[in-house]
Amino acid sequence: MAKTITQEFVKGLWEEIPPFRLVLGLCPTLAVTKSMENGIGMGLATAFVLVCSNILVSSLRSIIPPKIRIACYIIIIATFVTVVQLLMQAYTYPLYLTLGIFIPLIVVNCIVLGRAEAFASKNSVIMSAADGLGIGVGFTLALGTLGAVRELFGTGAIMGHAVFGPSYHPFTIMVQAPGAFICLGLMLCLMNLVGNK
Amino acid sequence: MREMVKMVIILTALSTLSGGLLAALKSRTQERIDSQVLEFVKGPAIRTILNKVSNDPIADRFTIKKGDIKETFFVGKVDGKPSLLAFEASGTGFGGPVGMMVGINVDTGKIIGTEVTTHNETPGVGANVENDTAFVGQFAGLPVNSKETVTKDGGKITAMSGATITSRAVCAAVTRAGEIYEKMKPEIEEKLKSFSG
Repeated sequence: MAKTITQEFVKGLWEEIPPFRLVLGLCPTLAVTKSMENGIGMGLATAFVLVCSNILVSSLRSIIPPKIRIACYIIIIATFVTVVQLLMQAYTYPLYLTLGIFIPLIVVNCIVLGRAEAFASKNSVIMSAADGLGIGVGFTLALGTLGAVRELFGTGAIMGHAVFGPSYHPFTIMVQAPGAFICLGLMLCLMNLVGNK
Repeated sequence: MREMVKMVIILTALSTLSGGLLAALKSRTQERIDSQVLEFVKGPAIRTILNKVSNDPIADRFTIKKGDIKETFFVGKVDGKPSLLAFEASGTGFGGPVGMMVGINVDTGKIIGTEVTTHNETPGVGANVENDTAFVGQFAGLPVNSKETVTKDGGKITAMSGATITSRAVCAAVTRAGEIYEKMKPEIEEKLKSFSG
């Protein structure tokens, strides 16, 4: 059953949206979504790596020997992650400082390796690019939403702009580690509720 | 056997390409990353010390290498004259080096201000040095070439309570700054000429 490019792209936004549907890549999802800005930054960095690694893995799929394919994928992914890391250091240094160790950790993000192994190694370059872009945008949306919800309740602001006004008493647990789990759980629950109808 | 050779060749080629790409990118972005690090890591300390200058001390900087010491100096202009200088020196504290940004007035040879840049001291004890303006402020007005020690060691700097080792590290860093300044004085004066006017 061949899908169109649009279908490959759209599936990443809802049907296979990484943290909620595939429940993959939870480490950055839980750790960096203290604010919407961090969530989107992390999402975009991952999306970039996903698209580039998908394209390269797909175009090299006929020459990479099956026995060492994982090693090859890791080299490709690690290269793009380092590219992202250098670019972030050079152009968005404050964001680089807040995301810190989670940027190099994109290398071991199972979404990226998962898409390389499950999709890009079996499909054409254009399809793989669409798949990477879809999953990447989906990941960004998910992290952005989660970050927005946590930031809104935890600090009363969105993207640093106060929403609730000074009388709001911040629900501080939302920007701490337990808040990440609570928020993710509730969002998964909501997704299932809407999705199962 | 042929398969083995093929695997080796492909992994080697992939690694070489990856290494080459990253080395090229690294050298392209190095300068920008350095200036970003200066801006966000040392920038706040420099701007606090050189707060009344008419120029941008981070842009107006020069580096001197003498013997095995390499030091970057930030120039502050007052009334068009490059009379203020800030640079970093470190002393060994409880958890490793304590970096101090020391500001001096070249005309009077006196310290105008000091700020902690980096440290790894115990939180709640030595780490208080970060916000202890009363302690760090004691150096202002002292001659740059004198050796500073805490009262316990016969000097005139009152140590932070419970953090003698950190206090000693700060004194050592400021003393070291004086030594560096004295050692590099001819070169510094030479360089400063190009900033006047």
